[in-house]
Amino acid sequence: MDFDLSKPQRLLQDSARTFFSRECAPERVRELMASDTAHDDNLWRAIADQGWTGLIIPEQYGGLGLGLVEMAVIAEEMGRACLPGAFVSTLWASALIEKAGSEEQKAKWLDGISAGDVKATVALLEASADWNPAAVQLKAERDGEGFRIHGRKEFVNDAAVADLMLVVARGEKGLMVLPVEKGTDGVKVTPTPSIDATRKIYQVDFDNVYVEGAMASGINAALEYSMGVAAIALSAEMLGGMQWTLDTTVEYAKTRQQFGAPIGSYQAVQHHCADMLLYTESSRSAVYYAAWALTEHDPLSRNAVSIAKAYCSDAGREVGNLGIQCHGGIGFTWEHNLHLFYKRAKANELMMGDATFHREKLAQLVIDAKD
Amino acid sequence: MDLRLTPEEEKFRDECRAWLEANVPPPFEGAGLNEEENAESLAYLKAWQKKVYDAGWAGISWKKEYGGRGATLIEQAIFQEEWARANAPMLINVLGLSLIGPTIIAVGTEEQKKRFLPKILSGEEIWCQGFSEPNAGSDVAGLGTKAVRDGDHFIVNGQKIWTSLAHVSDWCLLLVRTDFEAPKHKGITALLVDMHSEGVSVRPLKQITGDSGFNEVFFSNVRVPVANVLGEVNKGWHTAIATLMNERANLGAGIYIQIKRTLDALVEKVNTLQRNGKPIAQDPIARQKIAQAYLELEIFKLNSNRAISKLSKSPIPGPEGSIQKIFWSELNQRTQRDAMEILGAHGQLWDLDDGKWVYGYLRTRGNTIEAGTSEIQRNIVAERVLGLPKGYAR
Ligand SMILES: Cc1cc2nc3c(=O)[nH]c(=O)nc-3n(C[C@H](O)[C@H](O)[C@H](O)COP(=O)(O)OP(=O)(O)OC[C@H]3O[C@@H](n4cnc5c(N)ncnc54)[C@H](O)[C@@H]3O)c2cc1C
Repeated sequence: MDFDLSKPQRLLQDSARTFFSRECAPERVRELMASDTAHDDNLWRAIADQGWTGLIIPEQYGGLGLGLVEMAVIAEEMGRACLPGAFVSTLWASALIEKAGSEEQKAKWLDGISAGDVKATVALLEASADWNPAAVQLKAERDGEGFRIHGRKEFVNDAAVADLMLVVARGEKGLMVLPVEKGTDGVKVTPTPSIDATRKIYQVDFDNVYVEGAMASGINAALEYSMGVAAIALSAEMLGGMQWTLDTTVEYAKTRQQFGAPIGSYQAVQHHCADMLLYTESSRSAVYYAAWALTEHDPLSRNAVSIAKAYCSDAGREVGNLGIQCHGGIGFTWEHNLHLFYKRAKANELMMGDATFHREKLAQLVIDAKD
Repeated sequence: MDLRLTPEEEKFRDECRAWLEANVPPPFEGAGLNEEENAESLAYLKAWQKKVYDAGWAGISWKKEYGGRGATLIEQAIFQEEWARANAPMLINVLGLSLIGPTIIAVGTEEQKKRFLPKILSGEEIWCQGFSEPNAGSDVAGLGTKAVRDGDHFIVNGQKIWTSLAHVSDWCLLLVRTDFEAPKHKGITALLVDMHSEGVSVRPLKQITGDSGFNEVFFSNVRVPVANVLGEVNKGWHTAIATLMNERANLGAGIYIQIKRTLDALVEKVNTLQRNGKPIAQDPIARQKIAQAYLELEIFKLNSNRAISKLSKSPIPGPEGSIQKIFWSELNQRTQRDAMEILGAHGQLWDLDDGKWVYGYLRTRGNTIEAGTSEIQRNIVAERVLGLPKGYAR
C-alpha cells in the first residue's frame, strides 16, 4: 500500500502547476469571467495539446488512457487556478460516451475530444434540480430511426460552447442518452447567470427536436460511472481551491500587522488556519482514495465517491469562509481573488449533488444495507 | 499511488485474520464499562494481551530483538484493521504500547530496551505517564516535581495529577525538574519509576463517568536509580516531546476501532428502535447524521493511512500528528453526541445497553483535553506545521 503520488504522478502535478500558472493567471480568469461563455479557444487548445482533454480517454480513441488518480492530480491544479470553461462538462460527457456509446460514436466523439476539437456537456437536470437520474422526466418519443424530444433541461454547464450535448431522456424502456450536435434545429440555449461566472450554466429548450444515434443500453451504470468521475474531478478542483485559499491566507496572516504584531500570531487567526489545513488535508485523503477506488473498481468505490463529494462540498465552503474571515475587509472585495475560489466552491458543491445528497446515498449503503 | 496491498501485505493480512479468528475470546461479560480501567476486566485483558504477545502479534512494528515482530507500519495498520474486523478486545497497557515503548526505543539505552520492552508488550508490566501536575497542564514544562541527585540515585518529591492507569500501573514515565536555575525547558529529566517503590502513593480520582481512570500520584523521597534516566539528565524535554509526538500519532489507531464499534452499534439500534411509528432508520435527519459520522470516520482512517505511508519513509512522527489528534478527538465527541440525539430520551438511561451510550457520551468529553487540548494542538498546527508566528511566550 502506498498513498503517496508516484514519481510520474508528481511530474504530472508539477507540469500542470507550471502550465496553469502560466496559461491561467488570475487576470485571465477575470477576463473570461466577464465574457459571455467563459470559454477561450487558445486556452482550450493549449490544454488539449498537453493531452489533458483526453486524459482518461483510452489510447485507441486518441486519449492518454490514464487513470482517475492522474485526472485528480490535473483537476486539483485546475482548481488551484480556478480554470474557467468546459473542462469538467467535457470530461463528464467523455466518460459517459465511453461507457454508453457505440463503437462508431466513441471513435467519432472521443477522438474529437482528445484532439481538442470537441467540447461536450451533459443535460441531465430538470426543474426538480434533482441529481438522481431517476428524476428525469423528459420523454424520448420514437420517430422512425430516431427520437424526438420536447421540453426543457436546466443547469446545463457550458451549453453555449458545447459542440455536443448528451441529453438524458426517458424512453419506453428506461433512460436513454441522445447526442444533440451543435446547431441542431429547435434547440434554444438561454444563459442563467449564476454565482460562479467562470463556469456558465444554461437553460436548454428542445422544441420537438429530432435526434438519431440514441444510446439506450447500460445507461444507468454509465451515468453512475461518469457522474462518479465528474464528482471526483469537482472534489479535486475544490481541493485545489482549498489549497490556494489556505496558502494565500497563511501568507497574509504572516505579513498583515495589527496591534503591532502579525495577525497570524493571534490565536483566533491561528486556529482558523489550523482548521483550514485540517479540512484541506482530509479532503486530499478523500479525493485520492475515491479516484483510486473508482479506477480499480473497488467494491467500496460508491462509498468512496460519496465520501469525497460530501466531505469536499462542506470543506470547500468552510475553507472559503475561514479564508475570507482571516483577510478582513480586503477579503470581501471584488478586487481580491478569494471570491473567485469561494464562488467556484459553492457551484462545485451543488454540481453532482451536494453533501446532503451524498450523505443520503451513504445512508443507503451503511444503514439500509444492514436490514 | 497504489492502495492495493502488496502480495506480502496480503499474506500478512490473511495470517492475522486467521489467527484472530481462531483466538479472539468471547467478550467480557463483567460489570466493567471502561474496559481498560476496571479492575475486574484487568485480568481478562492481561490474559488476552499475553496470548497476543506469545503468538508474536504485540508490538507489530517493533524490532524483533525487543520482542516485536519487525513488521512495517503498513502491516501494523493492516493488523489494526483486522483487529476491528474481528471485534477483538482492546489491548491493555495502551500507554506503554503507544507512547512509552516507542520513546524507550527512540532514546533508551540498550539495557533499558532489553529490560522494559518485552514486558510492555506482554502486558506483564502496565505503564502510566506522569507528566501533568496541578499547576502544569498545557504548560507541562512548568512542572515542579523535584529530583535531587544522591549518589547513584535521584530522590523524587512532588505530585502528579490526572495520571491515567496509575492505580494499576507497575511503572511510570515521570517528568521531574533536576535543574532549578535553568530555563524551564532545560532543567527537566525523564525517569522510569517503579510504582511499587517506597514513597509512591496513588489516590484514584472519580471521573465525570463515575469510575476511576486517572489519579493523583504523590512522591515522597522516592529513590530512583540513575540508570533509570530515559534520555539525558536535564534533556528530559527532548524525551517528553518524543512521547507527546507518539501520543498524538499513535493513540488514534485504537480509536478508529472504538468509533467504528459505536457506529455499528448505532446502525443496529436505528434499525430496531421506532420513532413516530417507524424505524428510526427512516428518519432523514438521523440518516444524515449517521452518514456524516461514517464518512468522517473513513476519512480519519484515510488520513492515518496517508500519514503511515509517509512515516514508513521517515519514521519519526512530526507535528502533523496534531492534525490527527484534533480529528479523532472531535469526531469521537460528535459521534457520541449524535448517537445520544438519535437515541432520544432512552439514550440517557444507564439501563440501555449496560450504559454504553451514557458512558461513551461522558468519556469522550475528555478526548479534547487529554493528550494535549484541542487548543494546544491547533497552536502546534498553526506554528509548527503552517509556520505562523509564535503567539505566546514559552
Ligand atoms: C481523561 C484524561 C486523562 C489524562 N491522562 C493523563 C495522563 O495519563 N498523564 C498525564 O500526564 N496527564 C493526563 N491528563 C492531563 C491532560 O494532559 C491535561 O489535562 C491537559 O494537558 C490540560 O491541562 P490542564 O488540565 O492543566 O488544563 P489547562 O492547561 O489549565 O487548560 C485549561 C484551558 O485553557 C486552555 N489553554 C491553556 N493554555 C493555552 C494556550 N497556550 N493557548 C490556548 N489555550 C490554552 C486549554 O486548552 C484549556 O481549554 C489527562 C487528562 C484527562 C482529561
